[in-house]
Amino acid sequence: MIDGYPDYMIESIKKVEKKRDYNMKHPVKPMTMKEREEMLSKYHPDYMKGTRRELRVGIDKGQVFYNGIVDLLEANPVLNSKDVDLNKVDFDVDLLIIGGGGAGTVAALFAHESGVPIEKILIVTKLRHGDANSMMAQGGIQAADRPKDSPALHYLDIYGGGHFTNKPELARALALDAPGIINWHENLGVMYDRQDDGEFQELSGGGTCRNRMHSCKDYSGMEIMRNIRDRARNLEIPVVEFCPIAELIMDDKGQVAGAVSFNLETYEYHIIRAKATILATGGSGRLHLSNYPTTNHYGATGDGLVMAYHVGANLRDLDTIQIHPTGDAFPEPIVGILSTEKIRGLGAKPINKNGDPFVFPLEPRDVESASLIRECKEGRGIVTPTGMPGVWLDTPMIEIKYGEGTIATKLAGEVRKFKRFGIDMTKHPILVYPTLHYQNGGVEINERCETRVPGLFAAGEVSGGVHGKNRLMGNSLLDFNVFGRRAGIYAAKYVKKAKVGKITLNHLDKYTKMLEKAGIKPNKTAPIILPEYRGEMAISRSLDIF
Amino acid sequence: MSKSKQVLVEKMKTNEKKTKDEKLKASEVEVFIMGKSYKVPAGLTIMKALEYAGYRFIRGCGCRAGFCGACSTVYRIEDEQKLGFDLACQKVVEDKMYLVQLPFVPASKAEYDINKIEPTETTLIEMYPEIARCVSCNTCTKSCPQDIETMKYIQMAVRGDISRCAELSFDCIQCGLCAMRCPADIKHYHLAQLARRLRGKYLDPKSKNLAKRLKEIDQRKYDDEIAKLMKMPKKDITDIYKRRKIEAEEEGDLGGD
Repeated sequence: MIDGYPDYMIESIKKVEKKRDYNMKHPVKPMTMKEREEMLSKYHPDYMKGTRRELRVGIDKGQVFYNGIVDLLEANPVLNSKDVDLNKVDFDVDLLIIGGGGAGTVAALFAHESGVPIEKILIVTKLRHGDANSMMAQGGIQAADRPKDSPALHYLDIYGGGHFTNKPELARALALDAPGIINWHENLGVMYDRQDDGEFQELSGGGTCRNRMHSCKDYSGMEIMRNIRDRARNLEIPVVEFCPIAELIMDDKGQVAGAVSFNLETYEYHIIRAKATILATGGSGRLHLSNYPTTNHYGATGDGLVMAYHVGANLRDLDTIQIHPTGDAFPEPIVGILSTEKIRGLGAKPINKNGDPFVFPLEPRDVESASLIRECKEGRGIVTPTGMPGVWLDTPMIEIKYGEGTIATKLAGEVRKFKRFGIDMTKHPILVYPTLHYQNGGVEINERCETRVPGLFAAGEVSGGVHGKNRLMGNSLLDFNVFGRRAGIYAAKYVKKAKVGKITLNHLDKYTKMLEKAGIKPNKTAPIILPEYRGEMAISRSLDIF
Repeated sequence: MSKSKQVLVEKMKTNEKKTKDEKLKASEVEVFIMGKSYKVPAGLTIMKALEYAGYRFIRGCGCRAGFCGACSTVYRIEDEQKLGFDLACQKVVEDKMYLVQLPFVPASKAEYDINKIEPTETTLIEMYPEIARCVSCNTCTKSCPQDIETMKYIQMAVRGDISRCAELSFDCIQCGLCAMRCPADIKHYHLAQLARRLRGKYLDPKSKNLAKRLKEIDQRKYDDEIAKLMKMPKKDITDIYKRRKIEAEEEGDLGGD
């Protein structure tokens, strides 16, 4: 093994090196619109047969969603209503927030500002407060605040980027609220990258017509998340950690009226009664839809979609997923982790195992991903010792193009990541393959973050309609701030008038009956709460006797 | 049927995967999870090795990509006397490695309202007086999985240099290993959070463009334009979208995630 790669990969790298000069001088042309469509229809999972199917039950019956999502929606509710005693309420609050990531934390802060007392707010979260995709976002957050930019242009980018399938009023809210969010962050103490004169350093992103990406080095999400979390901690907003919600509770008036939480460590359940509930459970990368590895955090299992559907909320745009073209394919420990788009932006090209380029490096994300998938499907990819396919991303091209040392200064985080495994990306290419990155759709909301069920609000990645069928980079950090804030404000308003009736879990029995009626015989339960990654050997010998 | 049994049935169906397990067996290493011996395939991270052995994480596992600090861990290789510190999601197992999980860091945190404190030379030491007890042993720096100059930023804090403290600590993932190792009971990562907030709020210069844009939005300057776009037939807005000028193409700027 040389430089972290096994010998058979080194053989291929030699071919890449031999043709490097030629490949740099002879670029692959961008595809025409027609060629793009053809590539997508043949190789992108959103267009391929067998990745999605019609849902047979509930309000969205007949809609096509990804198989992994339909599997969850056609499973039995994880909670049996007979196992739970609703007479003893453990937490009686005004506002329950499900999820301790970006959207949930922002919602709590603004609900408090809008008049809900601290002790009447409860955040319940599956893992720790802040364990969320929000923490992992690297690139930045969009806001149109430069003179040559405008919220109207930002709106146009959001809407066009979503293939004109977004809910227009949600796209408007995202664009118009953005500068206010940056200002709120400034006042909290978020350290944005700035020029000497105090103006923000703003970069471009895929699909944005103006440079409006605000960043905090390569840790934009982490810097924003730890600031809002620190604020919440100083205010002592109650947070119950390691207690995922299993199902929502309703009342006899058809409102959502709280939830049943499950203590992961003691297996106890608790009854939470609430006048309003905000769903902020995040995305679903850990479902590995279409068998993709993922960039997402451990708890991203789509629980919110399932529990919302059980109470009658509708879902949308779950027939699409965002796969990012350059997830890491080797070495095994970092499979699925993101290698930033900036690497291609700086001049590195995707190259197949024979040393040949096969795609223009900066096609839109979906088209670029499809091209990488084709290359591997047709046998021109490298297969790693653990069976993962991939193509080379020829990073040394950057050093040739911009001079030695460019990678070290512009991609310090990436260099650090590969160095751990003995790979020097300044000298050798890295192996990449598309990875599951974002849940474009989710529980449909309006501008006030209301779902169609009274008492249930949603914000962040779990919600649907903001990005339509495709999200642009820099709009997810913005999303959880804009709609987390709105959810907090409007839920606080709702709380003032809301009266909770007799609480019930009847909707779960109804759902089970609905499954029966539809001829579905589930052998699974949902939500799944955590993914299963235990070794097959260990699982095959596990007993259920303790 | 219980959840674990469900999985059992599913996994038994796929014999293919079993051969994958057998292949992996060829290159095994021995690890000691909380002292107990297990054989796991070489090349796995500590996190994946524990899972392979049959652990299902509740604690000590978060983003699995080196950002969240949930999986900071301590290890030791047999016959070595030194302890190692790293993130379980990033560090690859080695033969004869002793592994533990650190589920929680019970470090105390100062409480404050950022709007009511001022960024003076003594703010940090007033909030966290124990930093004066730093004996410059550098153990914090040695235990940092992000290779941050932890002791140096504590020294900056002692001196009252909020900006440098914020800058040096910026890549902190708040895993807490520094605080767990410190003989002076310093809560490095909590102090650094305060330093960064003070700098971001009070010390960095502010954007005039942003202030101007906020005023315009308040005056509803963009409402009509956006309303017009919202009402536009799809064909027309598609046309406008396709014809819009891309700033980055003109200037060759680079960015992206």
